[in-house]
Amino acid sequence: MHPILKLLVQRIALGLLLLFAVSAVIFLGVEALPGNTAQAILGQSATPQAVANLEAKLGLDQPPLTRYFSWLGGILTGDLGKALTNGADIAQSIGQRLGNTLFLAGCAAAIAVPLAIILGLVAARYAGKWPDKVISGITLSTISLPEFVAAYFVIYLLTQLFPIFQPVAMVFPGMGFWAKLHAVALPVIVLVLVVLAHMMRMTRAAILNVMQSAYVETAELKGLSPMTIIWRHAFPNAIAPVVAVVMLNLAYLVVGVVVVEVVFGYNALGQYLVDHVTKRDLPVVQAVGLIFAAVYIFLNMAADIIGILANPRLRHPK
Amino acid sequence: MSDASQRLDHMIEDVRRGRMTRREFVGRTTALGVSAALAGALYTKAAHAEPKKGGVIRAGLAGGESTNTLDPALAASVVPQVGNAQWGEQLVDMMPDGSVEMRIAEEVSSSPDSKVWTFKIRQGVEFSNGQTVTAEDVMATYKRHTDENAQSGALGIVKGIAEMKAEGDKLELTLEAPSADLPYLLTDYHLIIQPGGGYDNPTAGIGAGPYILETFEPGVRYAYKKNPNYFDPNTGHADEVEILSINDNTARTAALQAGQVHMINRVDPKIVELLKGAPGVQVRRAVGRGHYVFIMHVDKAPFDNNDLRMALKYGIKRQEMVDKILGGLGSVGNDFPINAAYPLFDDSIEQREYDAAKAKEYYDKSGHDGSPIIMRTAPGAFPGAVDAANLFAASAQAAGIPLQVQLEPDDGYWTNVWNVEPFCASYWGGRPVQDQMYSTAYLSTAEWNDTKFKNAKFDELLMAARAELDQDKRKGMYSEMAHIVRDEGGLILPMFNEFVAGVSDALGGWVDDPNAEMMNYRAPSKCWLA
Repeated sequence: MHPILKLLVQRIALGLLLLFAVSAVIFLGVEALPGNTAQAILGQSATPQAVANLEAKLGLDQPPLTRYFSWLGGILTGDLGKALTNGADIAQSIGQRLGNTLFLAGCAAAIAVPLAIILGLVAARYAGKWPDKVISGITLSTISLPEFVAAYFVIYLLTQLFPIFQPVAMVFPGMGFWAKLHAVALPVIVLVLVVLAHMMRMTRAAILNVMQSAYVETAELKGLSPMTIIWRHAFPNAIAPVVAVVMLNLAYLVVGVVVVEVVFGYNALGQYLVDHVTKRDLPVVQAVGLIFAAVYIFLNMAADIIGILANPRLRHPK
Repeated sequence: MSDASQRLDHMIEDVRRGRMTRREFVGRTTALGVSAALAGALYTKAAHAEPKKGGVIRAGLAGGESTNTLDPALAASVVPQVGNAQWGEQLVDMMPDGSVEMRIAEEVSSSPDSKVWTFKIRQGVEFSNGQTVTAEDVMATYKRHTDENAQSGALGIVKGIAEMKAEGDKLELTLEAPSADLPYLLTDYHLIIQPGGGYDNPTAGIGAGPYILETFEPGVRYAYKKNPNYFDPNTGHADEVEILSINDNTARTAALQAGQVHMINRVDPKIVELLKGAPGVQVRRAVGRGHYVFIMHVDKAPFDNNDLRMALKYGIKRQEMVDKILGGLGSVGNDFPINAAYPLFDDSIEQREYDAAKAKEYYDKSGHDGSPIIMRTAPGAFPGAVDAANLFAASAQAAGIPLQVQLEPDDGYWTNVWNVEPFCASYWGGRPVQDQMYSTAYLSTAEWNDTKFKNAKFDELLMAARAELDQDKRKGMYSEMAHIVRDEGGLILPMFNEFVAGVSDALGGWVDDPNAEMMNYRAPSKCWLA
């Protein structure tokens, strides 16, 4: 077997094993939450009789191990069950919300990733000079702002001072693509501001690191222009750490943006998860938790594999 | 245009939008030199300005979760309450002036002992699926709410009905015990009439309301189109209604200011003054029956000692709480759960004030050993509950009472603290009538008796008042009950909160309604785009 293929199979198998372990951890974690589902649902109206009725109805009187395996079996057959709180089909609800999450993350990434890499290259080219300082200064300031502050600032600027966009970014099925883009403009701007600096700094650092190498010096002596050296010689060799950081940020854009979702009323997975955690809706919490874990594992695996493929030494092992 | 005529135009506009009463209008216009007769005529003309039809009304509301459902029995927060009120219709409803309005019922009558009630069902009302609303549908709806499995929030109301009978267009309800308040109780927002009682599919969202539900995404959005067959031409003016769930205060306010929505609820007290000055929007306040409380279990030490309870009641600064916690948007409480928004309220009961000397006197008399008195609170107990608890502790300590605040997590507060720990912060939403408020939380046998208050005299008065048809006698009984709770109960009630809404100037028909938020949940169908 080709060593690359073998490596790929190994990584994927490892990823699946990890996912399985994560599912167990999620289940345990949810079990350990304080409070009681039936009581959380009933709230002030939780009389002992009502709690007992509801627990029997929801199957919460079964032992945890039984519930774990029936849950796992359901996932493998694509059946995530029904939400305890409102009886909605979880797979269906998640499907729509996951679509919204990916749409928002995709829009933000489509702007942030190329922008961060270009800014990183420019900063590396002019390391220590004013363009580098301006780029670093601005991106580091925006990453230092808490997301909700950045969000409120953007809301004030672009809906009140200059009413170009709308503060509430909900999207619905049936909205056209451009209408959706217009709706999510503000959260996208905030997310770009938040993730830009990390990727930009890593690109800059990785390039500068490579710039110390002998082959870059050779290229300089050949008389190549600095931008050509960076683009043709330095960047391909700096790609592994950059990809790793990009993937981390993509994962963040998918799983970590609940604050931004709440501020803009964006109907995606984060808000959905938080609502169901509050109500102790365990099947939903578990399902969303597992999806988030899968996204993380998948993106890190992808970073790993791209890193390997980008490195000739790993691609052609002696 | 002269200054006076400009002001007159403004006032006419105010009347047209329901912002000014007749008395205010006549008073102010006569001050401008307009004759009283002309002022009256102007008022009538303005107030009866035809509501405009058409357009899309959008509401941005806090209080929605992705766990919400369309089952009216399970509605517990504002977004589902407002959401259901658009597609659903009830037998009877509350009016802003505290009277009962006939909706699906056309007439109501009772036997002289108010034990048997007969409702005449309005003819020709249709559900959105085309079925005609019958007395059987109403009966089946109430039956479903009496079923324990339906987990209805209105169970406590309908379980008092011993027998139901539907005959032609008449529905006859026989109560277990007489109640003069039955029509009031049936205005409960859970009791939306569903076809066949909603037994087959409680979450179908099919009702006889002014709008037909088109899209429902829990915690996100409700979208409706007008119900062309709705029976009441005075409700349901816009062609479409949308309700967006916006829980973030800043985003909700920004959406109102940017014109994305026409009305928002729960304006943050901190920004009320700022929002008042903003162009194109107004802040509307309605004094409600909801209140924030500190509750002591009267059966647990040290709160089983009435002197200690009195010491704490004198150790709280009520006006300070209204000013600092509610930002002035509320009124002081008097340690019983009733205010002027209730019918038969006795306004002659002396207001209890902060009195450090009296508090100290009662505290000394109680013989408390000086160990810290723990009061539990959490951010979610009510908005500002932690600050309120700290203010209370400070004023009590100033009177020599060792009151200490213990902060609890929001998580599990209603399970582990409320109704469990002997002293904690909480809130009540209020009820349409005194009987219901007292029966829910102060009757000895009430499940939600969260002060563990058991008083035979009180229970007796409550039952007697329930059947009493002489309103003066009834008022006297409620007054006596108020005194008992105030002077012997475990309730410390510093403040009644207000419903504070933000309303766009593009909207007409807004009325401040004390019954519940957003004009008793009906703002989207009662307002119009001016």
